[in-house]
Amino acid sequence: MTGMLKKLKEVKRETWISVLAAAFLLGMWEAAVDLNWVNSAFIVSPSTIVTATVRLGRSGNLGEHVYTTLIRMILGFLAGSIPGLIIGLAMGWSKTLRAILDPVVSVVYPLPKIALLPLIMLVVGIGESPIILLIALGAFFPVLINCIAGVNSIAPIYFDVAQNYGASRFKTFTRVILPGSLPVALAGFRLALGISLLLTVVAELTIATKGIGAMLWLSWQTLRVERIYVAIAVIAALGLILNWLLGIVSRRIVPWRESQ
Amino acid sequence: MKIDCRQISKRFQTKNGIIHALSNISFKTNEQEFLCILGPSGCGKTTLLRIIAGILQPTEGKVIYEGVKDNNKPATALVFQEHGVFPWINVIDNVCFGLETQKISRKDRYGMAMPLIEKMHLAGFTKNYPHQLSSGMKQRVGLARAFVSGAEILLMDEPFASLDAQMRVILQEELLNIQREYRKSVIYITHDIEEAITLADRIILMTARPGQIKQEINVNLSRPRNVNGEHASEFISMRNEIWRQIKEEVDKTTAPLS
Repeated sequence: MTGMLKKLKEVKRETWISVLAAAFLLGMWEAAVDLNWVNSAFIVSPSTIVTATVRLGRSGNLGEHVYTTLIRMILGFLAGSIPGLIIGLAMGWSKTLRAILDPVVSVVYPLPKIALLPLIMLVVGIGESPIILLIALGAFFPVLINCIAGVNSIAPIYFDVAQNYGASRFKTFTRVILPGSLPVALAGFRLALGISLLLTVVAELTIATKGIGAMLWLSWQTLRVERIYVAIAVIAALGLILNWLLGIVSRRIVPWRESQ
Repeated sequence: MKIDCRQISKRFQTKNGIIHALSNISFKTNEQEFLCILGPSGCGKTTLLRIIAGILQPTEGKVIYEGVKDNNKPATALVFQEHGVFPWINVIDNVCFGLETQKISRKDRYGMAMPLIEKMHLAGFTKNYPHQLSSGMKQRVGLARAFVSGAEILLMDEPFASLDAQMRVILQEELLNIQREYRKSVIYITHDIEEAITLADRIILMTARPGQIKQEINVNLSRPRNVNGEHASEFISMRNEIWRQIKEEVDKTTAPLS
């Protein structure tokens, strides 16, 4: 018990302020709905969202929607970010490869990937594959760009050390290029994760019948206001949790960063 | 093993024309010699060291590694100014990097590195990352890596320049001790006259750019050497003489154009 008290005291002042501010905003929202300052037909209170989420989670198919969304998103994210990592590191290392691929990257990178959805469906058909391919395309580029930047951020001195000690190309890759570019590359993974969630939801709003985005769209079409809020809250929670998990993974695989 | 530099010249092509960094440098190291290359900043010392290390190619002349015994081992090992140790690799694996590139098993390389790690007061930090160490400890890692690598000639580019004065003296002593014990030759670059006299068996004094050899000085004072030691007066007169010569070179580069 005293241990817990001690821990509470160690929490920073700014953290307390953040918690209090969030609690205040939620409280104001709750009050605004309960005291009828706003139209409760369109604005639903936080407590209602929580109870509705729990209810739908228990009885309805909310869990199934979340599962579908997560699977699509993770598959798409991996299918995009892993090639992005490999090609990005290679492009960062080899000037020739960069010269070859730069024109393609410069054209496709700024294009909003959702604009490619009709074309993708035309080519691969309907079903899961166009959604996953779209997410993969979205996740690919931020990882690629950050991996190139990551390799270029490595101080030349480390390549000199590797060369001076006779490191093979393989050793140079595993001991210099991969770990040296990782901090910058991970920022790309974080961006890619955000884009993956965005594209998953957009694709589901547009063409899917399952998944949290599809549930959101159906709730709008049938005007089930509570469900709209539940879907949005779940999407927000997914974003938060995934970012938090990536943060933990990042700290595990980059233990040499000074900011710890 | 000896290094034989034969008429090395180096020119760089830059946006503002050709920079003539080194001109006609020839010298040869002796076995287990501590050789200091001393010169004003911008005289091409680092360029020369990088050429000896094989990272840069000379425009003219060549470097001959005489009496290479084992082709698997690196001929030379560089110790850099700072940031030479990999920030993403822990202390022990940084020290063992030169053995890792020779495909020596982890167990064997740790075994080979441990005596030196203990000698350099790094034993309690083997699993730490460089950012958790002081700059003096970091530089010990860089030194240990070079000594463990099996290279017979160690090339050092002002390794102690960023350390505070006390740490520099401590590390200079440690460096001399392990150099004797491990029987290595050292080519050591510095712009610090006292450091050169403290460490060197022989000093090669360089001119301002384009860097040429101005003079070779054998330092025959007994060790330990310092301004307060037994040979204080010789030490000081040598320092003053070298300073006069370096001043000449510095004045050349800062003299108004006529």
